[in-house]
Amino acid sequence: MTTTTSDAITAPADDQSLAVSQGMWGAGPGDVSGFGGQRHPVWRQQPTPRPYGGWFDAAVDRLAELVEGLDPDGASLAHGELTIPVPKELLLAVARAARDDPALRFEVCVSVSGVHYPDDPGRELRSVYHLLSITHNRRLRLEVAAGQDDPKIPSVTAVYPMADWHERETWDMFGIEYTGHPGLTRILMPDDWAGHPQRKDYPLGGVPIEFKGAQAPPPDQRRSY
Amino acid sequence: MSVVSKSPADPPDGPAEAVVVTVGESAAVAVEAETTAESAPTPVDRTLPDEAAPVEALVLGAVEEAGDGPAAVTQYLNQYVASGGDWDEVVAAQRERGDETFVVNMGPQHPSTHGVLRLELELEGETVSSIRPAIGFLHSGIEKSMEYKSFAQGSVFATRMDYVAPMFNEVVYCLAVEKLLDLEVPPRADVLRVLVMELNRIASHLVAIGTGGMEIGALTVMTIGFREREMILDFFEALCGTRMNHAYVRPGGVSIDLPESGLSQLRTVIEWLHKHLPEYAGFCNQNPIFKGRMQGVAQLDLTACMALGVSGPPLRAAGYPWDLRQDQPYCGYQDYDFDVITWDTADAYGRFRVRQQEMWESLRIVEQCYDKLESSVGQPVMVDDPRFAWPGDLTVGPDGQGNSLAHVKQIMGSSMEALIQHFKTVTEGFHVPGGQVYQAVESSKGELGCHLVSDGGSRPYRVHFRDPGFNHLQAVPALCEGGMMSDVVVAVASLDPVLGGVDR
Repeated sequence: MTTTTSDAITAPADDQSLAVSQGMWGAGPGDVSGFGGQRHPVWRQQPTPRPYGGWFDAAVDRLAELVEGLDPDGASLAHGELTIPVPKELLLAVARAARDDPALRFEVCVSVSGVHYPDDPGRELRSVYHLLSITHNRRLRLEVAAGQDDPKIPSVTAVYPMADWHERETWDMFGIEYTGHPGLTRILMPDDWAGHPQRKDYPLGGVPIEFKGAQAPPPDQRRSY
Repeated sequence: MSVVSKSPADPPDGPAEAVVVTVGESAAVAVEAETTAESAPTPVDRTLPDEAAPVEALVLGAVEEAGDGPAAVTQYLNQYVASGGDWDEVVAAQRERGDETFVVNMGPQHPSTHGVLRLELELEGETVSSIRPAIGFLHSGIEKSMEYKSFAQGSVFATRMDYVAPMFNEVVYCLAVEKLLDLEVPPRADVLRVLVMELNRIASHLVAIGTGGMEIGALTVMTIGFREREMILDFFEALCGTRMNHAYVRPGGVSIDLPESGLSQLRTVIEWLHKHLPEYAGFCNQNPIFKGRMQGVAQLDLTACMALGVSGPPLRAAGYPWDLRQDQPYCGYQDYDFDVITWDTADAYGRFRVRQQEMWESLRIVEQCYDKLESSVGQPVMVDDPRFAWPGDLTVGPDGQGNSLAHVKQIMGSSMEALIQHFKTVTEGFHVPGGQVYQAVESSKGELGCHLVSDGGSRPYRVHFRDPGFNHLQAVPALCEGGMMSDVVVAVASLDPVLGGVDR
């Protein structure tokens, strides 16, 4: 099942991983009980060495040429999808260049979603933009990081009007403040809700389930893998 | 339904402050402040007359009980007070005032909002001067819940999002998991996926056309639409045991092969659809009422579609042949012969015609699936890798669907290792290498996307679904403002949002 060896299991967080996830179950060496104490390093995105192949190199070079300060070697390619980490102060310039340049032409920001990495200090919150070029039939992903203490990222609604509700949802769920958004209000949760439910540290607030003579704990306190 | 009415006591050009108090069973109170354009920058006093008075006191009934009268309150506050109430009284009060501005809450329990969508309309007479959709009433935390379940269990959650087109949810989620695993599913599983997706597309379009017709008074379209849909749901039930919430598509393949009578039942469905699909064209296409209600209504041209990220039938009705099945094929769609349907009017009628034609194209694909299934009987429908495949070879026995007897005999009688493997796969689940992917499929409503992040564990680190309805509802103001109130239901129906998917 798990491919981690005992060495890898005990490895602390490093450049390759964010942390070590610990769980109760798993097959350690020689263990058939299922209670081996499974652990795995938490994935951290790594830049892919050049060349990427396909249209990716030209697109990244063009973007770095148009936007001063964008690291042309920071992108990561996996599963045929390119992710470009963008510093938040460059986001609007990158989005505008990606939309307007004839060689790029990412007309549509299909989706904005947030991810929370509590183990990545100073970069806990990520805003992920999935761009689509209908002209060239390509997809591109931009990833912008913000710290939990200063969760501000410029809004791309001026460039991509369709991102309006997506940014509202990401604000609602992760608490990323999109500066310049025309009306950043909660969209899925009630207006007076406290907290941002999709963050990893948000309490689930479950109640124990009672059985005859036994109790099952709330989901966040049950066994974890 | 609640209404905001303007008080006669308000000075005509003074600062106007609107407080909309929606009274429902839950006594939820929504407050919205709005200032007229010409209003002077005088600060508006928002304090209540009596600081101790609760907000509920502003509810019309409560004020009247206090012997005060709503006019007095509004005069004092220089505010609009809204509440529910008897419609005749509201209209009478409005007639006395003689102004034409109404704020109406349509939904969230309105039957024409396809679930629990709330539309805040500001009306000038019968013309919509502003409309704001409000969502979230069906938010069920599916994305969050999936983070606490194994990858195989995710399919069970995903299917519950857009419950009118559940197969697309399952497929997009499973494709994302398989992309992270670099897993290829057997060809027969792909054919079965295409089959259920296309049948589901027909069923979903039937609901869109049927309920859309019902909302403009064409009840027959709805009744016959659900009749055909029933045939498809019966097939799904025979296939996987459930009419909705299937969890049929699993990472690595599908849960179970066609039953013995599956092909003949599929043939019955195909013949039934061939016989009955022409009825929709006969009933609607040239129907003067149908055309009068839909033609030129809720227009959204290609520029607006691009600006608002609109996809699916509304985009194709604007004339752009964008279909992920052909442009970015998945599940082997490149091996099927079908056309992308477009229309050139960019209105509600165009979207109806696109959906209607797409049902025929889907039927073409279903027939091709039939041939492929006929020639691949007995081939596996789940990947041949015990690490990922759900153990147990599901079969239908005399007491229903369950693990096959041979499998139970093996794990209980002869192989302890197989028992452990079964136990581990079911409880812990398989591990997915760390990474993030975005997978999109062309659902019946547009681009359905899944952004999946794995940290290397056996549960998703983050799943986000991009539902087409969520995006399309953003376009409602562009579709409705300046139009007639009666066209609002036509506009919303032409987008075909399903709030289970929108809110997740």
